[in-house]
This record gives sequence, structure tokens and C-alpha cells, in this order.
Amino acid sequence: MEAALSSLPYLMDGLLVTLQVTLLVVVFATIIGVILGVGISYGPLWLRILVRIFSDFIRGIPVLVLIFFVYYGLPAIGINMETFTAAVVALSIFKISHVIENTRGAIQSVHHGQMEAGKAIGLKFHERLIYIIFPIALRRFLPPWINSVADTAKGSALVSLIGVVDLMLAMQKVIGRTYEAMPVYIVGLIIYFIINYCLSLSSRKLEAKYAFIKE
Amino acid sequence: MSHPLIQIKNLYKSFGDTEVLKDVSIDINRGEVVSIIGPSGSGKTTLLRCINVLTKYDKGSIKIDNVEIGYASDDEKNRKERSEYQLSEFRSELGMVFQLFYLFPHLTALENVMLGLRKVRKLSKVKAADQAKYWLQRVGLTEKINSLPSEMSGGQQQRVGIARAVAMDPKVLLLDEITSALDPELVGEVLEVVQKLVEDGMTMIIVTHEMSFASDVSNRIVFMDEGKIEIDGTPSEIFDSKNERLNTFLARIKK
Repeated sequence: MEAALSSLPYLMDGLLVTLQVTLLVVVFATIIGVILGVGISYGPLWLRILVRIFSDFIRGIPVLVLIFFVYYGLPAIGINMETFTAAVVALSIFKISHVIENTRGAIQSVHHGQMEAGKAIGLKFHERLIYIIFPIALRRFLPPWINSVADTAKGSALVSLIGVVDLMLAMQKVIGRTYEAMPVYIVGLIIYFIINYCLSLSSRKLEAKYAFIKE
Repeated sequence: MSHPLIQIKNLYKSFGDTEVLKDVSIDINRGEVVSIIGPSGSGKTTLLRCINVLTKYDKGSIKIDNVEIGYASDDEKNRKERSEYQLSEFRSELGMVFQLFYLFPHLTALENVMLGLRKVRKLSKVKAADQAKYWLQRVGLTEKINSLPSEMSGGQQQRVGIARAVAMDPKVLLLDEITSALDPELVGEVLEVVQKLVEDGMTMIIVTHEMSFASDVSNRIVFMDEGKIEIDGTPSEIFDSKNERLNTFLARIKK
């Protein structure tokens, strides 16, 4: 146990990397995913088809394969990335596909009449999105999105497999040095649990805040 | 030369194989209140929705203040659709109230009315709030300005819907069966509000099943059947008409 505790600072460095990966992936995936989600909902046919193919394809492959593909596969066509960058890119691509579906579903849940009411008072398309569709869709968007964030935090452990020293790999290294598997894993489990517990608490708060429609 | 506010000429609209509007022509003058009646599927709602291009018409012409609204040129053969942007500008001059209200559920009554004033009319927050309050007071909802739609009755929601439309100071108000989704005891409060707007001289096109209301407030009543305007006349002309289809229709809804 002592070994596990004395290696805490090292584990914290790993935790920091885990949080960085998670944060970057969530930010990229949310921005790009929402844009493509709007594209698949309202865009021209060619865009809808492209996004649909992308989304279905990416969701159909294991995320680990995607990580390996980006890190080990892409250099073959001249795209070389640091492990950290490759990890963020691969996980972002994976998450984008999920955010696209969240966005599409949330937008679809808004009655088309709300859009028409916005048209009828003369709001332009982007104004209807910003002031009407997004706020209404938000409460359908948030629950799966927060799940997605939690999934990213957990799934980011996979990036240890291409050598990113995140919490997972930091744990492995400490174990390799100290042979104290159990205590180190317990510390690791607790840290992962705390991250996700915080996320689920904030998700409940957010959902309560945006539950303006009583059903 | 003065011209009718709305000029509809030889309008056609199909949904797939179903022809919903067949050669509809009608003029509506400033200050006129025109009710459109007719059996369901007769095309009355579609006609109303074509006027603010929520539905695009296929052939024919709709001019508001002498400007073709749905298409960018008069040339019938190869005319270009108007951009979303242009349509938004036109629509901001036309008010519409929907059968199912379609209030914005995340906004209070006040914010529902303010949205267009702020974002389309570009009024300051204070001015928009003042105008919105004025209109909500006109429709009798002063106590409800901070309520969400989910906290209001259907009649109250529809009155917010009316306030939201008239606050924009539209050239014409389009009312699409605005009492059809209401419990019978709530119909009166909504019609009362419309009555007041009629007294203000607002130009209106009213699609309705409330025959006695239509006959009370309208200068003209238009009876539509199977996508055509069957009769267009004063309320007394309509109700004294010998037209067989009209009488069948009137007899059916009286039951």
C-alpha cells in the first residue's frame, strides 16, 4: 500500500494526461459532431449521405482498431503523429460519430412546428437554430452527451496501448516497478470512479436545469 | 394606383400526385377580413401556408404589395426560388397563428413575444419588453407574462401565439384553425381577442370551422372544396347560397 501511495504523484501526472485527453476529445468531438449533426439534419443530400457513411462506418469499428490505425496505419501514407496527438485524433473521430447521432436525434425530437413558428416571425435559419432548435434540443442532447463524456474518460485508458502515459499506463509502470498490483489498481479504480461520479452528478444537475418541458 | 394587398392568381399546388390547389385566384384588400371555410382536405390550410411560403406553390402567383413572394422573377417558365434569406424578410411582414400554437417551450410568454422583436425587428431589450407586455396585456395575459407555455392552458397559449404574431406589426394576419385544438370552453376567449383585432382594422385571413364567428367578423367568406374556390362572397351571400356543395358542407358541420 505504501508503494502505491508513494507513487501517487506519478499517478497524478498520468491522471492529468487522462483528463487532458478527455477534455480535448470532448471539445473537438462536440464542436465537430454538432456541426455535422446539423449537417445531417438540414444539409443538402450529398452532405447527408457523406456524414451518414462516416458515422455508420466509424461506429462500426472497435475504437482500439481506430487508435492503432491512426497511430500505426496513417504513417504509411505520410501522416505521422505523436502518441498523444494520435490518441486525441482517434478518440475524437470515434466520439464525433456519436455526437452526430446525439445531435441528429435531439434535433429530430423538436417538433417541426417550432421551426415553422420561427420561420413565421421572420427568423433566419441560423437564428432559428440558435434561439429555438438548440435550446429545445438541448435537454435531449445532454443525457447521452454526458454519457459520452464519461465513456471518453473511461475509454481513454485504451490510449495507453500506443504508449501515451495516461493514468492507466502510469499505473502499469508503477506496478512494473513495485510489483504491488492490487494496491495500485485500487487507487486507480478509485480515481476513475471519482471522475465519473463527478460527471454523473453534474449530469443530474444539468438535466434538472433544462427540464423545462413537463411531459 | 392602389392595388390589393394580396393578389393570388391561378395558384396550383400538388403534394406528389395529389393536387391540393387547382387554379385558385383571389384578391384581398387592406383592412379586409376574409374567412376561408370548407371540408378538410379542401386546400384551405395549404392556401394559407402558401401565402407566407411555409409551403411552396408550384404554379401561379402570389403577390403581396405587388411583389411576388415565392419566386424571384415573374417569368413563369423558368423562375428562380427565393433564397431562405429573402423569404425570412417577407415572412417577418406576415403574421401567422397556428392550430397547435407552437409556442417556444423554453421561453416564457414574454420571451416568446419578444424573440421576433429583438432578433428580427432589432429592438432593444427594453423596447421589445415594453411592446411585448403591451400585446400580452391586449390579449389579457398580464399575469402570465413570466409563465412557460407548459404552465398555461390551451386558450392562454393560443393568445400568446396571437400576441407573438401581431407584435411584429404584420401587414396581414394568417390564422390557421386557431381554435380547433382547444377545449370548447376555451374557444371564446381566443375569438374575443381576434374580434378586438378586427376592430383595430387588422387585415386577416382566417381558416376556421367556427361558422358563426366567421359570419360575424368577416367582410367576405370563401368556400373551398377539392382545391378550388367554390364561392367567394359576403357572409349573407354565403349563408343564403343555393350552392349544393356548400349546403351539404354547412349541413354536415351543423350536426
